[in-house]
Amino acid sequence: MLGLSKKDASLLITVAVLVALAPIFLNPFPENSALSQFNAGYPDLMQRFVIFGIFAIGFNILFGLTGYLSFGHAAFLGAGSYAGVWMLKLLTINVIPAILISTVVAGLFAILIGYISLRRSGIYFSILTLAFAQMSFALAASVLTPITGGETGLQTALNDPRILDGANEGGNIPAPNFFGLEMGDSLQVSFAGWLWTFNAGYYVSGIIMLISFYVAIRIFRSPFGIMLRAIKSNQQRLNYTGLNTRPYMLACFVISGMYAGLAGGLMVAMDPLAGAERMQWTASGEVVLMTILGGVGTLIGPVLGAGLIKYFENIFSKINSNLLHKWFSFLPDGLEDFVVTIIYPFIGKGWHLTLGLMFMGVIIFLPGGLVELGQRISRSLSKNKNDAAEHKPAE
Amino acid sequence: MDQIILQILNGLDKGSAYALIALGLTLIFGTLGVVNFAHGALFMLGAFCAVTLSRILTISHTVIDETKKDFLGNPLKVDVPYVNGWFGETTGQAIIDWSVPLSILFAIPVMIAIGVIMERGLIKHFYKRPHADQILVTFGLAIVLQEIVKYYYGANQIPTPAPEAFIGSFDFGALIGMDPGSIIYPYWRIVYFCFAMVLIGAVFAFLQFTTFGMVVRAGMADRETVGLLGINIDRRFTVMFGIAAAVAGLAGVMYTPINPPNYHMGMDFLVISFVVVVVGGMGSLPGAILAGLVLGVLESFASMRQVIEFLPGINQVVIYLAAIIILLTRPRGLMGRKGVMEE
Repeated sequence: MLGLSKKDASLLITVAVLVALAPIFLNPFPENSALSQFNAGYPDLMQRFVIFGIFAIGFNILFGLTGYLSFGHAAFLGAGSYAGVWMLKLLTINVIPAILISTVVAGLFAILIGYISLRRSGIYFSILTLAFAQMSFALAASVLTPITGGETGLQTALNDPRILDGANEGGNIPAPNFFGLEMGDSLQVSFAGWLWTFNAGYYVSGIIMLISFYVAIRIFRSPFGIMLRAIKSNQQRLNYTGLNTRPYMLACFVISGMYAGLAGGLMVAMDPLAGAERMQWTASGEVVLMTILGGVGTLIGPVLGAGLIKYFENIFSKINSNLLHKWFSFLPDGLEDFVVTIIYPFIGKGWHLTLGLMFMGVIIFLPGGLVELGQRISRSLSKNKNDAAEHKPAE
Repeated sequence: MDQIILQILNGLDKGSAYALIALGLTLIFGTLGVVNFAHGALFMLGAFCAVTLSRILTISHTVIDETKKDFLGNPLKVDVPYVNGWFGETTGQAIIDWSVPLSILFAIPVMIAIGVIMERGLIKHFYKRPHADQILVTFGLAIVLQEIVKYYYGANQIPTPAPEAFIGSFDFGALIGMDPGSIIYPYWRIVYFCFAMVLIGAVFAFLQFTTFGMVVRAGMADRETVGLLGINIDRRFTVMFGIAAAVAGLAGVMYTPINPPNYHMGMDFLVISFVVVVVGGMGSLPGAILAGLVLGVLESFASMRQVIEFLPGINQVVIYLAAIIILLTRPRGLMGRKGVMEE
């Protein structure tokens, strides 16, 4: 199907079904139950799941296939965001041009940075990308204020020209829309205590995510992808055989940057606001965390990692000590306080600590991330049935 | 002229912080071959050693002072630090006042211990893994350390003043025979620079003039042969990791009066320190020092008003710009050796 092998096609279909039904199964708990705060099925968070999924898929094309660790990928996300907001301001409030142009702008930016950074590899490449990203961040926050809005950020305003939309009617800033379908529009379905929100913006991003996932699969399976893997395993040998790896690396870097730009464009399409902090190196670090947690070099891993981190960031961080006391109130008094004191540093505001520990654990014990965990579990389950278990490398 | 001297002085104190962190990074890289992204966190831990010590010193008990009255006419309750009770009031106050320099003594054993535990407990297992894994695991460790500090000390900056004697500025211009008042410079920054130079000198002397240092240098050049001679080089490298951690920690301790510590100060310095190491040349100790000082001075020159008017925003990016130019024109950095970390 669509030029995919049977296995990849079933993976794509699984992901598509999951994306389509996410509003339902991300809300497993009824609306008024005690556990309803673990529900992740609200539009804002679901949009972030898929948008950061795109970002991580793109990063994985670079890091997973070629082993070049870029510590400045957020620069492309930021560049895409700014380009997207400018399209929304100048051209039309329709999101399509914004998304397209942000991808293109990030791609051009990636050509520039990639052309210079890719002259070196290893740690030097990481430092060069980091330096470029920090430079972009510093400039966006200070000197480029007329273009980027400085520290307050860039957003749409009432008196923007918007050439294609014509004059502003009414007194409100128009919301980004897809041919009239506003990104904030949702259809809420209530069913026996459950509340499901089907959000337009989520589905637009979801469909784009599926397309980019499909493209990523094709890249992974293409001769181009094989070439990139060859670069990862031994670049020197490729050079000795008389092959110039530079164009392949540059193409890969630009594709990866365009994914980041696409994610940036979608972010502003959902919420037309772009700030400089999106380019800071902590943001670049975040996408590294996502990709590693999920599983480097696997197809589905980065999406899982992005989902996990965003879930932690939004749900875990809301747990406070009162809530903890409520949960453990069945314990005797002294024990309850003790348990809460032990757990408290790891949740709520301290969720970064859990994240850091989890990340270290994954690097130390599970270099393949969550995907490897899944594979190990399934292998040990099926071992008894099938001793001749296939030992394929993580894909 | 006075402008130029002032900018050089300004650059030197920040540059010496860069140089100290970069020195530690290079020591670790040169001995163990590990790219340590948690080094900024060690700098931050050092700074919090100073905070901890000053908190310990000011642990107080309440006594009722009969000589003073509060506004209701009752005897006033005063918090008296225990050190005052032990050493008498003047000495006690002096100890509290000098808590930052005293923290040096406190930080050295603590930081060496942290460094050794870190190396034995975690980094040891990463020697054979690719550099990317080392970067990532130490990056994770940095997040964890940072969050632990944030949990105990909060997210705000904690002011930790220098001793009374070093607060204020002095007239550097008059000292070198220029117009009085032309170059006014804070005492503590000069102290920091001198301290950094002494520390750097001590590390170099240790490597150059002791048997231990000689073995370490031999191990940096050819680890295998040194091992074959029956020397336990791993243990010595572990000690070097501890020393590198202590250097970063001391840099942090003395930096607290200049910049009140907060939990993410390490990350801010780490990014620049990596740039410094790469500019200086991976694995070259003199290169790290030179690059640290040069980049610090460069940064302060770029923040001069005249320069900013000419090239707006240059002060924010000059370090990265310099790094990019140097990496592209001199791939090994300023003083990098052949064959170290080359692709």
